[in-house]
Amino acid sequence: MIEFIVISFIKIAAVIGVMLTIVAYTVMLERWVCAWMQDRIGPNRVGPFGFLQPLADGVKLILKEDVLPHHVHKVLYTIGPTLVLMPALINIGVIPWGSNLPVFGRYIKGVIADLDIGILFIFAFAALSVYGIVLAGWASNSKYPFLGGIRSSAQMISYEVCLGLSVVPVFMQVGALNLSKVVEYQAAHSWLVLCQPVSFFIFLVSAFAETNRTPFDLPEAEQELVGGYNTEYSSMKFGMFFMGEYAAMFVMSALMVTLFFGGWSLPFAPFNAPATSLPVGLAHIGIFLAKVVALLFFYVWVRWTIPRFRYDQLMALGWKVFIPLTIVNIVFVGAVLALVVK
Amino acid sequence: MSSYDILFWFFSLAMLLSGVLVIASRNPVTSAICLVALFVFMAGLFVLLEAFFLAAIQILVYAGAVMVLFLFVIMLLDLKASQRRRFGWLAAVGGLVVAGALVWELGIILQTPVTVAVSGQTEVGGGLEAVVKPLFANYMLPFQVTALLLLVAMIGVVLLSKKDLQ
Repeated sequence: MIEFIVISFIKIAAVIGVMLTIVAYTVMLERWVCAWMQDRIGPNRVGPFGFLQPLADGVKLILKEDVLPHHVHKVLYTIGPTLVLMPALINIGVIPWGSNLPVFGRYIKGVIADLDIGILFIFAFAALSVYGIVLAGWASNSKYPFLGGIRSSAQMISYEVCLGLSVVPVFMQVGALNLSKVVEYQAAHSWLVLCQPVSFFIFLVSAFAETNRTPFDLPEAEQELVGGYNTEYSSMKFGMFFMGEYAAMFVMSALMVTLFFGGWSLPFAPFNAPATSLPVGLAHIGIFLAKVVALLFFYVWVRWTIPRFRYDQLMALGWKVFIPLTIVNIVFVGAVLALVVK
Repeated sequence: MSSYDILFWFFSLAMLLSGVLVIASRNPVTSAICLVALFVFMAGLFVLLEAFFLAAIQILVYAGAVMVLFLFVIMLLDLKASQRRRFGWLAAVGGLVVAGALVWELGIILQTPVTVAVSGQTEVGGGLEAVVKPLFANYMLPFQVTALLLLVAMIGVVLLSKKDLQ
């Protein structure tokens, strides 16, 4: 019991530490890639090649004055930013980031909580993240944040449905909701992105909408809503919205890697089976992180390539295209599994 | 006091507190948020009972979907009107009568000896199979009829919200 608690605490500290470091450097990556695509130099002042820029940004956000406007609902205005960041930090707990680590004769599983309801847990807490944005928009008690909050609640509810329905075929094929089992299935057979391309495409697009990223960043559309739901925020409260967005991106990328790109596995030995030695175990973690960073790069790449959708286009895409398509996909995969495989 | 007891009391007291705040708060948005908190703490109690599937569904459906839509509607209403609303004695008495009846009923149920059917094996998968297998094997027809009922309700709402039926 004590051993379990100690190991879990170490895992939580390590995972949150690595996650927040990657989140900080994703902001950096965004600025570098943006500069590169627009033929600029980008941030290069702080440290070698501007490598310490995230640190400087953090210090700047913490030291700024924390303005509390007099017209806001104080309690809800304050808990808004925490509610945006929290679900991402909770959800990383059920995503398997490695097979296992053989240390001192015992096998340490590469996931904080190996839940049998894995994916449902993730959707449950991801569904709560909408409250942060909606409450921030409402509690700010001014026009632009309110419009951002309203847009966000409609958008996130719509795309949650797409997100949930799009992964159903994956679990029909694997036969378990446990994310570790999904990865083990892919290690033994093939990556699910090859078997379920329609699922993957819809999940990918819905993930952009769910994390409020361009081309679906309508809740914070700068040109029309100033900053959307975060207009009235300053200092670290704004910083937490910022971190929340990138942490949600990290979790979504990690989830996509787990569901479609084989998690910690590569399709050849010794990386296609759970590790039996420490170097392979560590290599699995490295493989997982490399895949996540590649998807984060994809997020950034899309942001600086595709312009923002109109709001009615966004809603029509979700309800009239993706939801019928996911249902057809579920029926199709079900028929194939029933007729061909069995 | 085991860690189970501590967690049980924490979730129960937090649930009661948020329940009281739902009816005590004058602001409908705060009430809605307290109700969300109540659902989350209730999911905590389900986890203590090892009903993980129910806990996840509780958060996913009630806290994550139903209450977001509630909040959406509440935010578009005129909140000033409901904040001006006076304390109604009639409503308070009515509420107390209903609550009293409920407690009385609970007391009767708790006094009746209950025989619990204990199956030989413990459940695996957080109750997932225990819920899903009967639903799709034994009760397929009632399940589909329920789905049809919801569809009818949805069509009804669309029909009613249309101003002109042409």
